[in-house]
Amino acid sequence: MEKNNQDNSQRRSFLKFGLLAGGATLAGWGINKKLMADTIPPASGQKVKVMTADGKLMEVDSSHLNHHIAEGVITNMQAREGIEGKKLVMVIDLARCANARKCVEGCQKMHHKKAPVEWIKVKKMQDAPESGPYWMAQPCFHCDNPPCTKVCPVDATFKRKDGVVLIDSDRCIGCRFCMAACPYNARVFNWGEDWGKGEDSTLSPNACTTTCNNSIETSLQDKMGTVSKCDFCVDMVRLNKLPDCVTNCPNGTLFFGDANEDVVTNGEDTFRLSELIRDRAGYRYLEELGTEPRVYYLPPVERNFPFEEDPIKHNTTE
Amino acid sequence: MPHTAHSGADYHVLTNEEKREHRKEIGEVVLRPLRHTGIAGKIWIGALLIIFIFGCYAYYLQLKNGLKVTAMRDYASWGLYISNFIFFVAISLVGALISSVLRLTNFDWYRPITRIAEIIAVSAILFAGLIIIVDMGRPDRVLNLFIHGRIQSPIVWDVIVVTTYLVTSLLFLYMPLLPGIALCRDKLTDKPKWQRWIYKVLALGWNGSHDQWKIMKRSIAIICILIIPLAISIHTVTAWLFATTLRPGWDSTNFGPYFVAGAFQAGTACVIIAMFVFRKAYNLQKYLTEVHFNQMGKLLVFLCLIYAYFNLNEYLVPAYKMRGAEGKLLNDLFTGHYAPLYWSVQIFGMALPAVLLLWKKARRPVPIAIIALFVVVAAWFKRYLIVTPIMLHPYTPIQNVPANWAVYFPSWVEMAIVAASLAGVLLIITIFSKFFPIISVWETLENEGIELEEMDNPETEPETAKI
Repeated sequence: MEKNNQDNSQRRSFLKFGLLAGGATLAGWGINKKLMADTIPPASGQKVKVMTADGKLMEVDSSHLNHHIAEGVITNMQAREGIEGKKLVMVIDLARCANARKCVEGCQKMHHKKAPVEWIKVKKMQDAPESGPYWMAQPCFHCDNPPCTKVCPVDATFKRKDGVVLIDSDRCIGCRFCMAACPYNARVFNWGEDWGKGEDSTLSPNACTTTCNNSIETSLQDKMGTVSKCDFCVDMVRLNKLPDCVTNCPNGTLFFGDANEDVVTNGEDTFRLSELIRDRAGYRYLEELGTEPRVYYLPPVERNFPFEEDPIKHNTTE
Repeated sequence: MPHTAHSGADYHVLTNEEKREHRKEIGEVVLRPLRHTGIAGKIWIGALLIIFIFGCYAYYLQLKNGLKVTAMRDYASWGLYISNFIFFVAISLVGALISSVLRLTNFDWYRPITRIAEIIAVSAILFAGLIIIVDMGRPDRVLNLFIHGRIQSPIVWDVIVVTTYLVTSLLFLYMPLLPGIALCRDKLTDKPKWQRWIYKVLALGWNGSHDQWKIMKRSIAIICILIIPLAISIHTVTAWLFATTLRPGWDSTNFGPYFVAGAFQAGTACVIIAMFVFRKAYNLQKYLTEVHFNQMGKLLVFLCLIYAYFNLNEYLVPAYKMRGAEGKLLNDLFTGHYAPLYWSVQIFGMALPAVLLLWKKARRPVPIAIIALFVVVAAWFKRYLIVTPIMLHPYTPIQNVPANWAVYFPSWVEMAIVAASLAGVLLIITIFSKFFPIISVWETLENEGIELEEMDNPETEPETAKI
């Protein structure tokens, strides 16, 4: 823990430096990239020359550069703006969901959470008493008419240009109005220190590419007394990667993509979004609430798997 | 006993001598509790202090360990604190009702109880503000409300109206108190120096001149008007914290007036209890008479009936339809898990008081105080029923959660903090009544046809002019 804090402060001081440097020179980029490939080196005392924005050459210890990724630190401003030109969207094919819960596990691993904290949930649904039950994966819907961001008194949760709803956990005051406002209960609260904190960041498969960049987009800074939720893995999107829930699903249930490009993929199959939701009669959960979710469901018809009750009780303890 | 100044034929014109007698007598009566505190009073204050300090310790634990020490979890993410908050906002409305609505509608009997109503309003709204900070996950970031405040959020509206109402209520308490403070300043000469100094400063040099009376009465008249929209807006905005969400059970256009009606009802009951206690404890039988209890009883019947009307709208109309998730919630309230509490609250807190108080015998001090106690306790539980069952009846099913996430029963920390907040309100009222007269001398005397303004300034407006 102590070590982590130290790490953070180093990172933060470097963040400041990064801001100062602004657009780094080509040379700077190159050094960064080279160092990126290595694992954390000991404080070697080796000096590296970098050029600042105003053209001055500066010497810094190479170990300082280690945490920086070349793709750039996402500032709060950028994290609030969103990714230019994209409209992120998800399609969940209920015919494919077999309650493997790998999306839940992948998400927890990615965001260093552990049970019972789930940013994506899998629920047993049954629309009418006589109709067949089915499993439904439920992330945050990143609504286009979000009830949660409307009520936030401090603009800690906000809607971005690319459609994603994020939380600035350094600003959240923990009033939980957004949790009361969300009709889908997508939001979770950090009820205590290390609430639902999972394994250490370094053990995560995507650790290097995501955690080095400690911005709002990585959602790794959530602290006691603040609200968290599914962030559509926008840090992964910046790296042109799919969210972990999508890649972890063994059945290809979840599709992720960009509505502007009109394409969604589960990593294997790629579809035209408009055709997929037209031909498969896609719908949005509780459409009548008018929240306009960015997550579409494909009805659980002609299913790949028969419905089976889950013999295991999940998340029985805090 | 003449109970109004305008009661017509039997109006007995008092001589100046009699007026001075009356004034002296009431002055002595209202100052008596300020001079001595009996053993019962000391025990009462001590007990409240212990409860309050214990609650502070509980809050310290909550600050240290986070909100996990409460029973709230991701589904029941609002609980006891929020329902207690609505309760405090509710009873604080009574200050506006008693002191302002009755004043503007030319009732006279209310005058001796205005101060009781105002101090209840001030202390309740103060603790409403505190309890909402207790509910926050990050109270250290409370300033973000001002740095990053979004005017679009009902919470910001609430912050604005609650602070405005607190300030206005304080003024509404303070203005009519000026002659009372001056009385303390002049008569309580045996008090410690700091206390006399406080009286001196707070009295603002009051000497009862015509100008002072004029300014004070005009200020009261202005606040009187101002406070009505403020009072209605604090509780309407509080209702909107719920009504602006999409949750079944809160998603109701009826919520604003429903809350306001309930607030007047609960607050009036609070004042009746306070009247009863002060009357007994401070021997105010002569000024808080059976007439007042009788009138408050009638008022409470009226308010119970209005509240019942809004309850019909709130529960019966959706129950007629029994739509989806809301239908499940209503079933749970009417016949399910919450049914015993729901029906007790509706019957003992609203229906039965409305019926019982129709009889004059029930409007005598002891029975009406008992009935009012039922109303207040029921009003508190009603707020609990407005928050908790709705949180636990979301659209999406609650699955794969630890057993304690799917239910809500407050933890001891929550109960201790809420108990401390209730004790805090009572403590403020008690301590106030130990430093200032709990009934307003000049307003009470006005009821008897004695204008202190004239008495203070005999040369400018001669007594004979009126006779």
